[in-house]
Amino acid sequence: MIEVKNISKSFSGQMVLSDVTTSFEKGKTNLIIGQSGSGKTVLMKCCIGLFDVDEGEVVFDGRCFSGLKEKQKKNTRKEMGVLFQGGALFDSYTVEENIMFPLNMFTKQSYEEKLQRVNDVLSHVQLTNANPKFPAELSGGMIKRVAIARAIAMNPQYLFCDEPNSGLDPKTAEVIDELISELTHKFNMTTVINTHDMNSVLQIGQRIAFINKGKLWWEGDNKEILKTDNKELNDFVFSTELTRRIK
Amino acid sequence: MGFMREIGEYVILMGETFKRPDKGKVFRRQLLIDFQALGVDSVGIVVFISLFVGGIIAMQMAYNIDNPLVPLYLVGYTTKQMMVLEISPTIMSLILAGKVGSSIASEIGTMRVTEQIDALKVMGINPANYLILPKITAAMIFFPVLVIFSISVGLAGGLIAVFITGSVTTTDFIDGLQAWWQPFDIFYALIKTVVFAFIIASVSGFRGYTVTGGSVAVGRASTRAVVASSILIIVFDLILTQMLLT
Repeated sequence: MIEVKNISKSFSGQMVLSDVTTSFEKGKTNLIIGQSGSGKTVLMKCCIGLFDVDEGEVVFDGRCFSGLKEKQKKNTRKEMGVLFQGGALFDSYTVEENIMFPLNMFTKQSYEEKLQRVNDVLSHVQLTNANPKFPAELSGGMIKRVAIARAIAMNPQYLFCDEPNSGLDPKTAEVIDELISELTHKFNMTTVINTHDMNSVLQIGQRIAFINKGKLWWEGDNKEILKTDNKELNDFVFSTELTRRIK
Repeated sequence: MGFMREIGEYVILMGETFKRPDKGKVFRRQLLIDFQALGVDSVGIVVFISLFVGGIIAMQMAYNIDNPLVPLYLVGYTTKQMMVLEISPTIMSLILAGKVGSSIASEIGTMRVTEQIDALKVMGINPANYLILPKITAAMIFFPVLVIFSISVGLAGGLIAVFITGSVTTTDFIDGLQAWWQPFDIFYALIKTVVFAFIIASVSGFRGYTVTGGSVAVGRASTRAVVASSILIIVFDLILTQMLLT
């Protein structure tokens, strides 16, 4: 479980997150939703330590992460997998080298063991035989799947996904959602997904935190979100004719 | 104020860069890649420019030394001195600042804007150490080799030029090359080159690493890397010349 306790963060005097407290549960897909500029990406970057918080703390299974020095954060980082919005694959490496990268850096496994692990995670994301390809040769959906494979290569306990569906067609987006959800349950990870894709919210949102104007506005699940009378959340979630009809 | 902050950020980044690599094997692999990218891939341009510059200097010297009282072997001597003391270490470094500096800044800058550096950081890797240290090391080791190449090819260019134009006999030219030979001159050239190599790789790495924005910012960082490296090379050329030759 990841606990976010009273987090505040500002940039150049402008408050982006204000006293946010929430938790992300183990074995569940936890979604952070909100409009662009609401602070959800900042919240995720505070959780993974890319931004230092001004106030508050982030606690990973009882271990406070946010107050640690960079060297001390290293052990917790090895338990994290992160899927960045654009995939963030290393351009000059092949798919195999990308996935093998964290194994090269942090394990003493033989090449054969590492290759076995690479092939295992590639089969999890249904991308067998993609080993020799470079990121430039992959489609958007394939890049996301390789990035997921790299993120889970070290058997992480915590998986963070920043807008995993951005730039994908609805069908591929659904495949990625299902894949993340399946991996979360299979490996019992604490998964945190940053999204504004309403299909994801309704399909895999086991826990949803709605961030608005830098504050935690609402928490619940994908069933409760359909019945909520929270005005700001309704304005955000049911902003289109289609979603209003679904409701 | 902004300038002082940039110097501070540069010093902090170098502090992060000069740490023990996370894994020696991975560092050595990156070093080999950078030897190829920064050094071996620059041999062609260095040889081409040095050959022609050496030839041009020899021809200009022969044109200017048009006095029967001045011995003709001075054409070879001045060509050698110019190549060793200034053209090869400084002018080649300025050319490498353009070629290698822009390449380093744009490579690291692109990694920054596409979140590849963030990906390294969240994996628990020191990105500055992983990305910049091999480049600085490769440049500081390989650029002196390039300068030795440049001196040799430049002198050969001079010899070819005087042979073709017939302005000076090749015997006179070779006598000039051998006249007043001082090994310290080569040492001076290599010291300068090592300092310039550090400037090019570290300043370009810094410019790339601190990019914020998108592709336009990467292009701007690349330009700023070349400009800053070139200015620092000229300034340090003056300082090192004062320190080592006077």
